[in-house]
Formats: sequence, C-alpha cells, structure tokens
Amino acid sequence: MKNKAGENIFVKYRNMLKEKGLFGILRELTANSQVWKSVFRHTFADTPKNRMLKVVSNVFMHVHPAKVKRHAPQLKYTWCMGGISFFLFLVLTFTGVLLMFYYRPTVHDAYWDIKDLKYQVPFGALLRNLHRWSAHLMVITVWFHMFRVFVTGSYKPPREFNWCVGVVLLVITLLLSFTGYLLTWDQLGFWAVTVGTNMARSTPLLGHEGPFGEQLGMTAHNDIRFALLGGSLVGGNALLRAYVWHCIGLPLIISVFMMVHFWRIRKDGGISGPL
Amino acid sequence: MLEVTKNKNIIINRRKLLSCFGWGFIGIFLTTVLGSMIRFFFPRTLFEPPTRYKIGYPFQYTPGVSERFKKQFRIWIVREADKLYVIEAKCTHLGCTPNWLAAEGKFKCPCHGSGFTPDGINIEGPAPRPLERFRVALDEGGQIVVDEGVRYRGERGEWDKTGAFLKV
Repeated sequence: MKNKAGENIFVKYRNMLKEKGLFGILRELTANSQVWKSVFRHTFADTPKNRMLKVVSNVFMHVHPAKVKRHAPQLKYTWCMGGISFFLFLVLTFTGVLLMFYYRPTVHDAYWDIKDLKYQVPFGALLRNLHRWSAHLMVITVWFHMFRVFVTGSYKPPREFNWCVGVVLLVITLLLSFTGYLLTWDQLGFWAVTVGTNMARSTPLLGHEGPFGEQLGMTAHNDIRFALLGGSLVGGNALLRAYVWHCIGLPLIISVFMMVHFWRIRKDGGISGPL
Repeated sequence: MLEVTKNKNIIINRRKLLSCFGWGFIGIFLTTVLGSMIRFFFPRTLFEPPTRYKIGYPFQYTPGVSERFKKQFRIWIVREADKLYVIEAKCTHLGCTPNWLAAEGKFKCPCHGSGFTPDGINIEGPAPRPLERFRVALDEGGQIVVDEGVRYRGERGEWDKTGAFLKV
C-alpha cells in the first residue's frame, strides 16, 4: 500500500514506531490531524514562542498574560486575594446552579427544600455547605483584596479606574450575599432582610421615611423599598425577587464588571508589584 | 479629505441630521424601556393583609385600652370618656411591639424600655415621639373601620383632625 507520495505506508510507520514509540506516533497523528489543527493553533514544541501561543490562542487561558512577571506569583505581595475571590465566584456559580435543581423560591416550599437538601438529597448537605462557606469566604477575600490593594498603593494611577470598578464589585458581592441570606426562609434570614430592607425606608428622596421622601409623596406603597420587596412587607414577592436577583440579575451584572476589571489589570500594566 | 460643505451658512449637514434622528430615536426608545422597567417593579395587586378592616361596634369597647386586635392587626383600641381612637402597636424608637401594662397604666417597650401613656405620649426611654394613630370611621352599619393608609402623628398636632378619632 502506497500513499500519494509513493512511499510504503507500513514501512513508514514501522520506522516511526522505532523512532518515536507508540505514544509518539499517536501524538504526531493527533497533532497533524485537521480536527486538532482546527481547534488548536499551536504544536507541542516546548519553545518560548509556543508556550506563549498556548496562552494567547486560548480564550480561557488568555485571562493570564502570555508572560508572567517574576513578582506576580509572589504570595507575600498580592496574597492572591483577587484570584481566590474569582475562584470562589466560580465555585459559587457551579454549586449554585446545582442547588437550583432542588430549590423552589416560594413561601410554602423554600424552607423545606433547604431541609431536603440537607437531609435527603444525595450530597445535598455537601453542596449547600460548599455554597454557604464559599459565600462567607468570598466576602472575606474581597475585603482582604481591597485591603491589600490599599496598603500596597495599587489604586494609584494608572489603576484608579480599576479601583472604582473594584468598589462596584465589592458592593455587588455584598448584595449577592444579602439576597442569598433570605432564600433559606428561616428566622435568621427573614429578620436580617426585614431589618436590611427597613433601612431602605430611609433612602433620601426615594424612601418614605428618608429626607424629603414625605414631601415627594413617598409612602410604604410606592417607595424604593416597595420596589425591592414587591410589596410593603417581606413576603412571597420579596422571596422571589431575592431569588431572581441572586441567581440571575446580580451574577450577570457582576460578570460584566469582572470582565472589565480583569481586562483593565492587563491594560494598566499587569499585576502590580514591588517598585 | 472629502470636503462635505463649502457653504458656511449651513449649520447642519445630512450626516449630522440623520445621526440626530437615529440617536434620538434610540434614546427615546431606551428611555421608554427603562421607564417601563422601573414601573414593572411596582406590582398593582398585592397579596398582603388588608390595610382597611372592621373592628366591631363602638359600644363593644369599654373605657380604657383594648388589646382585642393586637395579635391580628397590631393595634390598640382606646376608648376615652367622649372619644375612641386606634393606636399602632409599634414603638417609635426602632419598631418593636410594646406591651400594655394594665397595672401600671402604660405601654412599655420590651426592647429598650420606652414607655407611653395610654393615649400614646412618650414618657420614658429612647422613643423620640408619640405612638402613631390610624384613621377611624364608621361604615353604614355602624361598625368601626380602621384605615392604616392614613396616619396621625401627635407631635404634629394631627390628633385633633377629623378621622383621627370617633366621637362616642
């Protein structure tokens, strides 16, 4: 049997087998196939250029810079708090989606669905605890990230815009934490959200107990708190609204801001390091 | 470069005009969408306890403070010699529910110790102002109707207004 070039294929592969071994042949055939080449634009060669190509030509990898600065992986400077926050966000998204398969955001079902998750659903307790502890941890790491950026002066030009984006990310993180609090529909979450949304009564102009609210005709039935709760008290509407904001609205918004945040790190000169 | 206008009297050219129309339309459209979205978050129908309800006939209340509807509606009905009014059982400090201490003849909040006279005036503790009153009226059958939508605040001198009490 001969190929187009007139070579005997069996002889060719026998020589290749001797030369590169079975694994080498498979690797060669895979890397030269049209399927592989259509997906990856790089080879296996361990050269500086190829290593960069692997990062640059991959949509998931290109969050990283093609070349990492020597100071970048040093934990004592960055504490990796931003990276850990992002990792926790991914964990929370994954476990959160799984939790949604068993959770119904209604006054009648919510509390018992959480109980079921804890005691009946296979690995449900693990899943819920992963989500719960990651959420607590993410709030902590985001604060520590902010603290680190502050003490290293990494908010200074040209990074001042990214600091502002980061403040928005912090606020959304806290809102995610707050809306998730209500979803268990237990006494703790219920009263926390009751107190929290009571603060919205005092919003200037938009709250019926806030400055100028009364003069602008704000009542318990048309102010900002009413729009947040979908009513004048924490009830079924509030639970559903917290759920939708928690699972869809806020994650979408925070994703947009995270994209800008990560992109700006690179545009502002990469991860900040010691001067 | 292409010279678009030679006449300096022309203040707007075709490109600018079309751009204004285009962005103007998009602007109006997005404003409408945003406005509808804001309105969308204010529901028309609520499935909450009613804010207007009946609490029986005036003759059912003897002089003094009645706790008959405290659990159900969070109110006290107070009957004085010549009038009757409804007090909201919500402390004006931080919103706890005070207790009626019949022996001492006063309302006392368990949270921070605010005290109020039977007519709702703050006399002790951190409460900054008197307890609020709800509108009361009589329906055709002579029953008392409470309307939580209208409040009367003593520190503003609103307790003498019509609707703040019933003459009995």
